[in-house]
Amino acid sequence: MTAILLQFAHILLVVALAPLVTGWVRLVKARLNGRCGPSPFQPYRDLYRLLQKEAVIAHSASWIFRAAPYVTFAAVWLAACIVPTFTTDLLLAPAADLIALVALLGLARFWTALAGMDVGTAFGGLGSSREMLIASLAEPAMLMVTFSLSLLSGSTSAAHIAAFVLSGGIGLSVSLGLALAAMVMVAIAENGRIPIDNPATHLELTMVHEAMVLEYSGRHLAMIEAAGMVRLTLFMALIGCLFMPWGMARPGADLAEIAIGLGAFLGKTFALGTVLALFETSIAKMRVFRYADFLGGALLLALLATIFHYVSEAV
Amino acid sequence: MLIGALGTLLVLAFLGAVLGRDKRTPALVHAGCLVASLALLASGLGHLGQPTDAATTMVLPIGLPWTQAHVRVDNLAALFMVIVNLSAAAASGFGIAYAGHLPEPRRVTPFFPLFLFGMNAVLIADDAFTFLVSWEFMSLASWALVLSDHTRAESRRAALVYLTMAAFGTFSLLTCFGVMAGPGGDYTFAAMRAHSLGPVAGSLAVLLALLGAGSKAGLVPLHAWLPLAHPAAPSHVSALMSGVMTKVALYALIRILMDLRGDVGWEWGAVMMVVGGITAVLGVLYAVLQDDIKTLLAYSTVENVGVVVIGLGLAIAFKADGKTTLAALALVAGLYHAINHSVFKSLLFLGSGAVMTATGQRSLGVLGGLLNRMPWTGAVMLVGSAAISALPPLNGFVSEWLIFRALFKGPTLSHWAMKFGVPVVGALLALAAALAAAGFVRAFGVAFLGRPRSAEAAAAREVPAPMTAAMAVLAVLCVVLGAIPVTVTKALDGVIEPLTGVRFSVSANLGWPWLSPVSSDWGSYSGTVLVLVGLSLFTFTIALVHRLGTRALRRADAWDCGHRESLPDAQYSGQSFAQPLRRVFAATIFRARERVQMPEPGDCGPATHEVSLVDPVWQGLYASIGRLVDYIADRVNHLQFLTVRRYLLMMFGTLVFLLLVVAIRQQ
Repeated sequence: MTAILLQFAHILLVVALAPLVTGWVRLVKARLNGRCGPSPFQPYRDLYRLLQKEAVIAHSASWIFRAAPYVTFAAVWLAACIVPTFTTDLLLAPAADLIALVALLGLARFWTALAGMDVGTAFGGLGSSREMLIASLAEPAMLMVTFSLSLLSGSTSAAHIAAFVLSGGIGLSVSLGLALAAMVMVAIAENGRIPIDNPATHLELTMVHEAMVLEYSGRHLAMIEAAGMVRLTLFMALIGCLFMPWGMARPGADLAEIAIGLGAFLGKTFALGTVLALFETSIAKMRVFRYADFLGGALLLALLATIFHYVSEAV
Repeated sequence: MLIGALGTLLVLAFLGAVLGRDKRTPALVHAGCLVASLALLASGLGHLGQPTDAATTMVLPIGLPWTQAHVRVDNLAALFMVIVNLSAAAASGFGIAYAGHLPEPRRVTPFFPLFLFGMNAVLIADDAFTFLVSWEFMSLASWALVLSDHTRAESRRAALVYLTMAAFGTFSLLTCFGVMAGPGGDYTFAAMRAHSLGPVAGSLAVLLALLGAGSKAGLVPLHAWLPLAHPAAPSHVSALMSGVMTKVALYALIRILMDLRGDVGWEWGAVMMVVGGITAVLGVLYAVLQDDIKTLLAYSTVENVGVVVIGLGLAIAFKADGKTTLAALALVAGLYHAINHSVFKSLLFLGSGAVMTATGQRSLGVLGGLLNRMPWTGAVMLVGSAAISALPPLNGFVSEWLIFRALFKGPTLSHWAMKFGVPVVGALLALAAALAAAGFVRAFGVAFLGRPRSAEAAAAREVPAPMTAAMAVLAVLCVVLGAIPVTVTKALDGVIEPLTGVRFSVSANLGWPWLSPVSSDWGSYSGTVLVLVGLSLFTFTIALVHRLGTRALRRADAWDCGHRESLPDAQYSGQSFAQPLRRVFAATIFRARERVQMPEPGDCGPATHEVSLVDPVWQGLYASIGRLVDYIADRVNHLQFLTVRRYLLMMFGTLVFLLLVVAIRQQ
């Protein structure tokens, strides 16, 4: 019964919190740039404004173009349902492990990329093509991170790994550090952040994700934007739950522990948001064909995490 | 029923040959094939429902005077009968309407039932003789089908390469059975099971089986014929060659390695995993770069065969290591992927046939915008593309998930080579899966989305109902096989128990909709729950958005950042979509080079952009073998122009040599 309640609370929390997290990152970035920046609640207003506007779609668009924003949003939301935030006691946790999580995000990307090609413009295709290039390297890296985590903890379920780390099963280890580094690189790529992509740009040649969704307007654009916000929150929750699950409530926790878990999650998320803003402000975007070096590096780090685990076991 | 259905297929082939002139014959023969495959499908399904060790055996008085044909249907054969006849039924149904559209239906009608007969007969053969004869039936019938469009030079070349490789494959299998039968020469499978081989002979048998079945399945580097031959046949035959004939080859591999020889060492498991991994990545890389839809699909078959072989190799390695539960998991994963691939690859090939019927084109460069013109074909192709890209909740994802689950337990193997090799194979598999998604976004996006790139694509019309119905059945299966994975793995239990020695319910721990292999702590998956929750989130989102916001919608010209362009050629094409992937992945493997030539200032000529690719396997292996054969032939050619004296001398020398051999043998 508690698992059902907690699951519902969790489902609503990720969606309700996602715009605030994005707003927070934007605010910190603005401050670092010496601007005052909009309120962190601005994304809520933006989304509401977009919902009120009529949607304009091209003559050549098919039903895929209209369905894609909803499918993308639902897939990302579904993925977010199974990543523990403040408690590991989730009803849906056994429905999908990390491998399925990667695939659910892949489903969202599949639809967005198709929507990018649907109208038949040069920019849309350019965005889709580059997005799939990034995915073709980021997905294997993420799966190899999963591999090394499953070696360390014996499971690929996010809730199980969090519980395992919480119970002191994994000490500080080189493999974990390498896996974390790879995971962060994948998260940057998956969310289209600098140095892979720039979420704020509308300069034609540097766009990837923005080029793909260039044709969207109104409520469709709102769904695409919201999906991006939930995805960012999801990855922060994922890094929080896999590598620093401290404070998270366990099955059978009382109200106080759940409140602590909630506080810890909020603290971790906003701290990670600040780190992201700092990181994005301090480096420049890279050229498209350097992505392979960056993400290939992530894949290699994840493989090294596995190898180091063997070495530490053998010694 | 089984024999009756097989007999019907032979009669249909005869009718197709005799009544070829009649316009109604192709449709009638394909309808007959549909009925026969449904009967065979029912008999396979019926057998799967029986207890694990049940096997129907029969001895038929067919064959050479001193031999008989042994027939046996056990669970493994029954499973593959289901795989074969499911796609065969869909392809026959599709063929009822499609065969009439072919340029020369008379070259297809007689061979199609023969091809089905050959594949089914391979599965029920219980001795080497019947097996090889049926195997040749399958090879030669499909060869004739490849050659059906004999006016095209590519088809003739494809048929020649195919015939050569098929001969090589059969030769390897023949030798393999020879080694396994031993000096006694008892050719029944029962005798081979009982016969134990020494280490050298055992390894030789495994190697020959890998070469023989691997060349038919399309393992790198023996895949060269596959992307030539599969696309050259009519589309419903391509569907069977790619979706099903490769599965018959995998059946041969499983039958020989895990049934006839039960004690294959872990080294061979490792070899299969490495070959499978390389096959998967190379296959999908080729596929991403293709412009012809059918060639693209054929290369993707190479990839999927690699994925299945990774699962089989892992099963063999686990079994040799004594970890039977994990071996069962890996085998279930491999078999599940074989089922899935037969379904979605048949679907995609049938879809390519529909596209060719509607437009007459199969190059991505001239298609586009078909989804608006062919809504049904487009929808089922979308399902097929998503399934082959391993996206949940469809079937392709379940089997990839199971293979990853098995791979992630690879580090428990006791050999260090395997411990270090498994993560590398895992990375290759993950890369292949991600690239497959990119490849099918490209294929579907360029062909079905955007604006039409040619007049043919703009004038496309939806294909007749029997064709869409055949594809729709397969598309529904993609969804069903993905949404109820636990039911499928339960049905596979009876197939794997005789091979791995354990009765293994993958869903043992958490019960029905949860797929939780071996232990519930490992991570689990439930397609059923994901579908239900996903659908409710989807509906809730739409309802909420429509409640909070406006539903107003306006159609206008595309925005495209203000660039108003009317030329459809300005869209991203298949070539441009593949460009980043080509630069990143193909620059070293395929030595991809691009050359841009800009006209001089003042020159009105067009700029040109050339891409050159070098196929490493064809250039490195096949071309060298070709050169070697040419060289030897050149040398031997001198023997034709000797004087009579020299010939007599050579005959004398040969005689002396043979007498010496006899003399030495006598001692």
